[in-house]
Amino acid sequence: MDMPSPDPIVLSRKAELVSRLLQVLPSDAVIEDEMETRAYECDALTAYKCPPLLAVLPRSTEEVSAILRICHEMNVPVVPRGSGTSLAGGALPTADCVILGVARMNDVLDTDYANRVIRVQTGRTNLSVSGAVEEDGFFYAPDPSSQLACAIAGNIAMNSGGAHCLKYGVTTNNLMGVTMVMMDGEVVEIGGAHLDSGGLDLLGVICGSEGQLGVVTEATLRILHKPEGARPVLVGFDSNEVAGACVSDIIKAGVLPVAIEFMDRRVIEVVENYAQAGYPLCEALLIIEVEGSEPEIDAQLKLIREIAERHNPVEFREARDSDEASRIWLGRKSAFGAMGQINDYMCLDGTIPVSSLPMVLRRINELSEEFGLDVGNVFHAGDGNMHPLILFDANKEGDLELCEAMGAEILKLCVEAGGCLTGEHGVGIEKRDLMHVQYAPADLNAQMAVKDVFDPKWLLNPAKVFPLDASDTRRALQVAAE
Amino acid sequence: MKPTSELELAELIADAKTPLQIKGGGTRLMGLPDGNVLDTSGLCGITLYEPGALTLVAQAGTPIAEIETALAAENQRLAFEPADLRDVLGTSGTSTLGGVAASNASGPRRISAGACRDFMLGVRFVDGLGDVVKNGGRVMKNVTGYDLVKLMSGAHGTLGVLSEVSIKVLPSVEMQLCLRIKGLDPLRAVAAMSAALGSPFEVSGAAYDVNGAVSLRLEGFEASVRYRAAQLVGVLAEFGPIEALDDQDLCTQIWCDIRDARRFKNTQGDLWRISVKPSDAPDLLSVLNPSQAQLDWGGGLIWLTMPSGTDVRAKMTVAGHATLMRASADTFSTRARFHPEPAPITKLSADLRARFDPIALLNPGLMGACHEDRI
Ligand SMILES: Cc1cc2nc3c(=O)[nH]c(=O)nc-3n(C[C@H](O)[C@H](O)[C@H](O)COP(=O)(O)OP(=O)(O)OC[C@H]3O[C@@H](n4cnc5c(N)ncnc54)[C@H](O)[C@@H]3O)c2cc1C
Repeated sequence: MDMPSPDPIVLSRKAELVSRLLQVLPSDAVIEDEMETRAYECDALTAYKCPPLLAVLPRSTEEVSAILRICHEMNVPVVPRGSGTSLAGGALPTADCVILGVARMNDVLDTDYANRVIRVQTGRTNLSVSGAVEEDGFFYAPDPSSQLACAIAGNIAMNSGGAHCLKYGVTTNNLMGVTMVMMDGEVVEIGGAHLDSGGLDLLGVICGSEGQLGVVTEATLRILHKPEGARPVLVGFDSNEVAGACVSDIIKAGVLPVAIEFMDRRVIEVVENYAQAGYPLCEALLIIEVEGSEPEIDAQLKLIREIAERHNPVEFREARDSDEASRIWLGRKSAFGAMGQINDYMCLDGTIPVSSLPMVLRRINELSEEFGLDVGNVFHAGDGNMHPLILFDANKEGDLELCEAMGAEILKLCVEAGGCLTGEHGVGIEKRDLMHVQYAPADLNAQMAVKDVFDPKWLLNPAKVFPLDASDTRRALQVAAE
Repeated sequence: MKPTSELELAELIADAKTPLQIKGGGTRLMGLPDGNVLDTSGLCGITLYEPGALTLVAQAGTPIAEIETALAAENQRLAFEPADLRDVLGTSGTSTLGGVAASNASGPRRISAGACRDFMLGVRFVDGLGDVVKNGGRVMKNVTGYDLVKLMSGAHGTLGVLSEVSIKVLPSVEMQLCLRIKGLDPLRAVAAMSAALGSPFEVSGAAYDVNGAVSLRLEGFEASVRYRAAQLVGVLAEFGPIEALDDQDLCTQIWCDIRDARRFKNTQGDLWRISVKPSDAPDLLSVLNPSQAQLDWGGGLIWLTMPSGTDVRAKMTVAGHATLMRASADTFSTRARFHPEPAPITKLSADLRARFDPIALLNPGLMGACHEDRI
């Protein structure tokens, strides 16, 4: 992975930087010891590592502002960090950067049931946002599988999705306002407990900007009352095509399940070995969950059964109680872990139009044979967000490179099919150099123009998202401005 | 000027030297700034519609009516229910997809299904230099690069002229039902709407007419709608007698009237559209004391008329924004249509416009600094 070479001037001024930071932060908030900065050397894309120059752990928006002001003056790159669970290398440091971690900023600032919003500091974990309102029957809808660990900060930066986003949308659809600190230290308020923007929709472009436009310190999030109940069914099919057609028919029929999850034979086998969830060994399996009161659930499932039966399922299993429901989800929830048991894996995240599902799955299997690497497919079928898991052996010379090459082919396939490189994990460094596949130069220029406006010196998370050859003149301008 | 292809549109803008007034159907805005009219209605037609994937792609000048007809044939719809403001604004013409997208036009279902911006999957547009730009795509989940789709929604053409828009559509519903509670003052009305929206019973519309009733909409499969209606009647018992209307045409009429703000047709004074936190609405109403008012979005959206020339913004003590929707040409010449924003936001927005439209060709002055508040 190409990264710009560290700025020697920044490296040489480390001591000065530390002493200036210590004027605005308590000593426990500045981490400069090389052993300790190692804790921040990577995120969940562990194939790439680089310890930062320093890490800082502020406790308030004011501290964030003070840090950024100093870094801005001294031209030090800053990489914001939530919990470090990014799968795209979004929080990967550079050797000359300050990691700005918001993990200590995890307070709930306001819960407002009358207006159905909650205001939190962004270091708070996703699950603990729901946790704060759960007793009163409410929840925060976006639920990435990493929700126990990942922070709202990272969710906003990546516009993260979750298993239930078919019904409730992703982060951007549930985010109403932010407090954000600009790279020069200025604090801006965008949006709030009211809906929509009176001017340009800046909130919309901040969400998903991968920490490149500002450091988000507080957020207003929409909360909803929990449904009365939920129930999953499991449907097995003897081909991927048929499972795909069934998904499409369910959607067309006007039922809106909260989740439709798909697993192929490879994953079913691995998961069965690992978790013994009692899944049928078939070509493709769907887990469909619906919500509501008991009678509402019954009615929806009746319709889903009718539709599924037109496709001759090899199995249709409805959970009769919460125990059976959790057994149905057990396999899906342990899928990544199970795959991880048999080998290292790389998790892709391209999205395709649902109608191309059978074609794309077939091509992935062909690529798997060509490259000689095993692939399992487990993903959110309702919205076409694929998660092919390519298995490789990190200890075997050349295997990672082979896996990356195959991953790139799969992502190109997604784009060709009318889809995109990433549905919820973000570009980071992982898909940075593939951006040319999806976007023409003018498309990338328009996006980089936004970066120019928010962070003219290109100091925030600068080497991510845009291919280096596309961004280098802009980054060079920043250096030249010195 | 009426380009019939994206290429023509791009050439036209690349060659333009003086401001352009961008017009879709011309149904949504009154008193636009001067400029040569750039009519997008020649960019017309649905380019892709996949009911099984809930996606539709169309050129920006495609009439909304044409899209709604195509969707109805597959029993689908635009869940964000864009308003038809012709009656109330006294405009004519045909509402287009580009106009709806550029103004982020969202109806009562904003509170449950989401806004227009939430249903926009991708855009193609031509910026002020004549460059064609695409962003997003036609799939439902996409975080590849920055979300310029959102930036374009609600930019009113000031960052680029849309040439194509992809949207997510949703199935139509089997049934709707409307619950009505009469005789509530604004405070109680907002409380009732909050109680309904804070329940698990999936209310898809919550509106209030200051001189009339609270209306709550339920939609879905019949058994479910009836069940939820019964439950809600229980939840809302303290607010007085509740009437349940299940005549489908009547329900449609009620929500179209609310969506299109029809009660303000032929009313006197300036018409404002104000977005606030729902619980702030009653206070604001008592401060402003408007002659007519309607709340939508559970109280979060206030439509009201004020005597001509009233500075509503100066009286707003709460967070939110007020858009001037209908006024005399005189008022429009002295008062900005959109709510002035805090200095740092104004600067960011102006800088974005300067990047996307460096020689200020596209609806200049419509959103940015107007002379208003200097006077
Ligand atoms: C096992 C596992 C399962 C996962 N499942 C899902 C899933 O179902 N859906 C999904 O969408 N993702 C999933 N992810 C990916 C990941 O959890 C999400 O991207 C998450 O939102 C990252 O949050 P974080 O707090 O860990 O962010 P980090 O990894 O710390 O950072 C992510 C990005 O956010 C930026 N950032 C962090 N804080 C700020 C801030 N305060 N201001 C501005 N930018 C900031 C960083 O610079 C970086 O670019 C999964 C990851 C793992 C490891």
